[in-house]
Amino acid sequence: MLLPLLGFILLIFFGKKLPRQGDWLASGLMLTSLILSLVLLVTKLSSVPNESISANFEWAIVGSQTISFGIMIDNLAAIMLVVVTLISTLVHFFSMGYMKDDVRYSRYFAYLGFFSFSMLGIVLTNNILLMYVFWELVGVSSYLLIGHWYEKKSASNAANKAFIVNRIGDFGMFIGILILFFSFSTFAFEGIFDSIAAGQLPFGSTGWLTAAGVLIFCGAVGKSAQFPLHVWLPDAMEGPTPVSALIHAATMVAAGVYLVARVFPMLTADALLIIAYIGAITALIAATIAITKFDIKKVLAYSTISQLGYMIMALGVGAYTAGFMHLVTHAAFKAGLFLGAGSVIYAMHKVLHDMKDHQTDAQDIRNMGGLKSKMPVTYWTFLIFTLAISGIPLTSGFLSKDEILAGTLAFSTLNGHWLLPLIGFVVAGLTAFYMFRLLILTFHGKPTDEKRISAIKESPFVMTIPLVVLAALSLFVFYSFNPFGASSGWFYAAMERPLSIVPEMLQPASGAVFYEAVSSVHTVAMILSIVIALGGILFALAVYHWKKVSAEKLAQKAGVLYSGSTSNWYFDEFYNKVFVGGLFSLNKAMRWFDENIIDAIVNGSAVVTQGFATISGWIDNNIVDGLVNATATSADRAGGLLSKIQTGKVQTYLVYIFFSVLVLFVLFI
Amino acid sequence: MEFSIFGIGILTWLVFAPIVGMIIILMLPDKNRNAIRWTAAGATGIQVILAGVIFAIFDRSKLGINDAESFQFIEKYSWITVEAVPWVGRIEINYFLGLDGLSVLMVILTSIIALIGVISSWNIQKMVKGYFALYLLLVTGMMGVFVALDFFLFFIFWEVMLLPMYFLIGLWGGPRREYAAIKFFIYTFVGGILMLLTMLALYFSVAYTDPASGQSVHTFNILHMMNPANYVEGGLLSGVDTTWRYVAWMALFINFAIKIPLFPFHTWLPDAHVEAPTPISVILAGILLKLGTYGLLRINFPIFPDATIYFVYFMAALAMISIIYGALCAMAQDDFKKLIAYSSISHMGIVVLGIAALNTQGMVGGVLQMFNHGIITAVLFLAVGVLYDRTKKRGLYDFGGIANQMPKYTGLAMIGMFAALGLPGLNGFVSELFSFLGAFEAYKWITIISVTGIIITASYILWTIQRVFLGKTPEKLTDLKDLTLREYLAFIPLIILIILLGIYPAPAIELMNTSLSHLVDFINTGG
Repeated sequence: MLLPLLGFILLIFFGKKLPRQGDWLASGLMLTSLILSLVLLVTKLSSVPNESISANFEWAIVGSQTISFGIMIDNLAAIMLVVVTLISTLVHFFSMGYMKDDVRYSRYFAYLGFFSFSMLGIVLTNNILLMYVFWELVGVSSYLLIGHWYEKKSASNAANKAFIVNRIGDFGMFIGILILFFSFSTFAFEGIFDSIAAGQLPFGSTGWLTAAGVLIFCGAVGKSAQFPLHVWLPDAMEGPTPVSALIHAATMVAAGVYLVARVFPMLTADALLIIAYIGAITALIAATIAITKFDIKKVLAYSTISQLGYMIMALGVGAYTAGFMHLVTHAAFKAGLFLGAGSVIYAMHKVLHDMKDHQTDAQDIRNMGGLKSKMPVTYWTFLIFTLAISGIPLTSGFLSKDEILAGTLAFSTLNGHWLLPLIGFVVAGLTAFYMFRLLILTFHGKPTDEKRISAIKESPFVMTIPLVVLAALSLFVFYSFNPFGASSGWFYAAMERPLSIVPEMLQPASGAVFYEAVSSVHTVAMILSIVIALGGILFALAVYHWKKVSAEKLAQKAGVLYSGSTSNWYFDEFYNKVFVGGLFSLNKAMRWFDENIIDAIVNGSAVVTQGFATISGWIDNNIVDGLVNATATSADRAGGLLSKIQTGKVQTYLVYIFFSVLVLFVLFI
Repeated sequence: MEFSIFGIGILTWLVFAPIVGMIIILMLPDKNRNAIRWTAAGATGIQVILAGVIFAIFDRSKLGINDAESFQFIEKYSWITVEAVPWVGRIEINYFLGLDGLSVLMVILTSIIALIGVISSWNIQKMVKGYFALYLLLVTGMMGVFVALDFFLFFIFWEVMLLPMYFLIGLWGGPRREYAAIKFFIYTFVGGILMLLTMLALYFSVAYTDPASGQSVHTFNILHMMNPANYVEGGLLSGVDTTWRYVAWMALFINFAIKIPLFPFHTWLPDAHVEAPTPISVILAGILLKLGTYGLLRINFPIFPDATIYFVYFMAALAMISIIYGALCAMAQDDFKKLIAYSSISHMGIVVLGIAALNTQGMVGGVLQMFNHGIITAVLFLAVGVLYDRTKKRGLYDFGGIANQMPKYTGLAMIGMFAALGLPGLNGFVSELFSFLGAFEAYKWITIISVTGIIITASYILWTIQRVFLGKTPEKLTDLKDLTLREYLAFIPLIILIILLGIYPAPAIELMNTSLSHLVDFINTGG
């Protein structure tokens, strides 16, 4: 048991050591971490029951309170660890090809290493404050990587936006942490849970417990790009594509889901319901936007948001295991999709570069088409990923998505929230549609420019091998031997839903009740989800492959819906006008206030004092002088000058003292 | 604890080493600029060494605050004693120095920043002799305030600071230096007058019975002023919760609020910063502002615990306004130095919010924030100074793409910037965290509103980074050299502290934990 612990300390250590070296060192270390985490996962899973390993050290003593930090490894952490190290390792290898000629090659790998370190920190910590620390650190590494090509204004804008929007979410999380610490005097998850289980409530009210849960969830809203803070993720696509795969698809954005899973026991039924609806709204909004995008990465970005919404919704309805499983399966196939897209962009970019064509957008799917035969490995792996995300049987995506849909359906039978499963199924159909639209437009059909496409070559091995690995991992066997039921696989056995520890009247439906409901609707959900997914695919084929239906006509018919979708439902415009604009006018107003009101009072009193000084100077010079028969004019002059200065100051003091005393009396007495 | 060199206590050495340096400098010929610089570096270097010794041997378990016995490195000599003045009794002014957990970190900060300031003053070309002489006098004044335990002495050191600062801004500053210097002077002097009046009122209200002669002796001893038993019958400030005690508290508070600076007493700061030369900005933001919050903690809180509790909401509210207002104003600036000046107002607001919580977490957070903010703003002003030296520009829109031109400089400056926006893992976060933790316990809503400041802070800092370091380089700025060795010397120690205290703040917290816990108890039990 101690050996894996040692492995982990080493791992954190490695994570730190990663920067500043060549790519092989970075990738090699990452691979070592992967092997260590795999070893750990296997040891962890083979030792039943699910006990967590933890270790603590004292960080600071303030007053009489000791704040200690530590790590904790339970099955949740162990699985997440493998996900992070695996994707990170593959992305490291992929990047060696993709980023080959980049100007800041070594710095890129350094940042990747820093990211991996912080991400592992989030996974391993046993303490919500330390989680917040790493939470922000992944935010910074994401900021640095989005802004990797910082000469581009759009890249640095996107980086800022990502960080600031996340900060807004983190603000909520921070307040949540303050409430928890204030109530329970500890940051450790275990301590917090114990106190709640013992019946303690923040400020003695159940409302605040719900509020604390929702506020902590705000952090997840930011990081996992949930509505209404989802706007940063599409812009984050300004970063290099492997980064999008690692950070903005597979791992960092999933951290929010991980956070919700971590604090799941302390969430009240009300908090969970809010979480479920936020997830559902996000899933729907993002899916409706994704269907009209032409930038290959933007489609994937919105699809990521939508899938994250799924996971959050799953956790909200209590389908804890399904939600987390979707995180894992999604990590594999979405990373695969992004790396596949990266492979395409890489190839396009190269050709465009050779053709000295700087006008054509290498990421626009309208400029592609017919890449299937030119890039076979990319195509076939991409197809598997697309099937997985669409939820077609035999893929991993089917397993997890099916369970989520069954979960929402079960939830609605228990509580009557029928909107949730409805959105779930609609989004499933939309997903299948837009993903096949993407696949068809990119790889099938006739190329728009024969010459360009004929020059396209398959990417090198360092890039295709990760794709193959991820494609293999998108098959069902790795998660459950039964292709139609995840619940019989090892994953479900390892990831039991934790017991809720909130007061009984606030608890969501218990695991047993919930699972019974799930099993009764499971078959219905499965059939429905397959039918809907196939329907989405057929419709995509009809529109884009067989051209039976005209996309333009559809767009025209959809009218407002179409324009809303293409403009991302105007979120950015709205935020820019209201919040950014508001903030800037507030800034200007405050600056004006500072310079023209407060400073004017100060300067004004100076002028007044000067006036007094001049007057008394004048009196001194003309009246006093006149009265006194001057004997020595020069001495007089000096005296006049002196008195000018002195009088001036005394007056100043008097004025100030007078006013302060006045203010004082008015205010407090 | 006793520790002396040649029979003179360590604190006296600490305070007067710069004066010795100043005298040497004044005797050196004008021409010999390097000797002058090295003398200044030597004097402040000695301070750093002494501060290191203090850090090593300081007893972390002693209380301090109101208990004369548990102060450390005490030096107490009677300085001015006038026997038997009619109806006043015996007048006693002591040369009384000592350290406790509240002041020790400030002394360390002062010595570090003072040395960094000398390093960054190396390329001052105008009237080198006068500059360094005044600079060292300023350092003595600041150090003196932090170790003085006699109010009269405190006041003397306080005023000693004022004059050199006035000249340093007024003679070595930028184009509007005279306006800035006068504004600074008037603001601080007004505060000084208020403090003087309160000090006198306190003096006449406080008398202790001299155990040797049995005489009743009026005193400026700050510790005696904390003891309610020492207030004379019928004195102006005697009693508890009287109007005059509130007035006195307010007068002192205004004085210290000007220094902090707290809204609405802050407008001298942006002007002073913009006009001051880089090292003076470093001193100003790094140390001088802390004198304000230090004064609150050393004088207002323990001498007037009743009034402190009475005004505590008012203080927290001003702190909240400062945090938000400072951050908003910072965002509206297009001058790099002004931006940092307003960010200082915002960050010092966090200090006040923390200490106004009147609990240990907040207090520790506040004092730690004083230290951390000193280090961080020093880095930021150094960063502006580096750019200004090379381009003679300070406008945020004058730059761009510095990251490509000066990658190492950008790396260090960005660490400073991220520390300022409270990134976990760097020191600013730790102190903000404890301040907010403490404050949340006392004021739920004020704290929640204040925390929104961290969003605004992130916005203006990132926007600044974008405008200055990222993007394309303007054509005029194509051959900027990266940092020189001297600049590294100024940056590196501060950056090390930022990271070290960010990851493991315990060494700093240990220094003050006992004293501040005691202070909190002392105030909450009404003295």
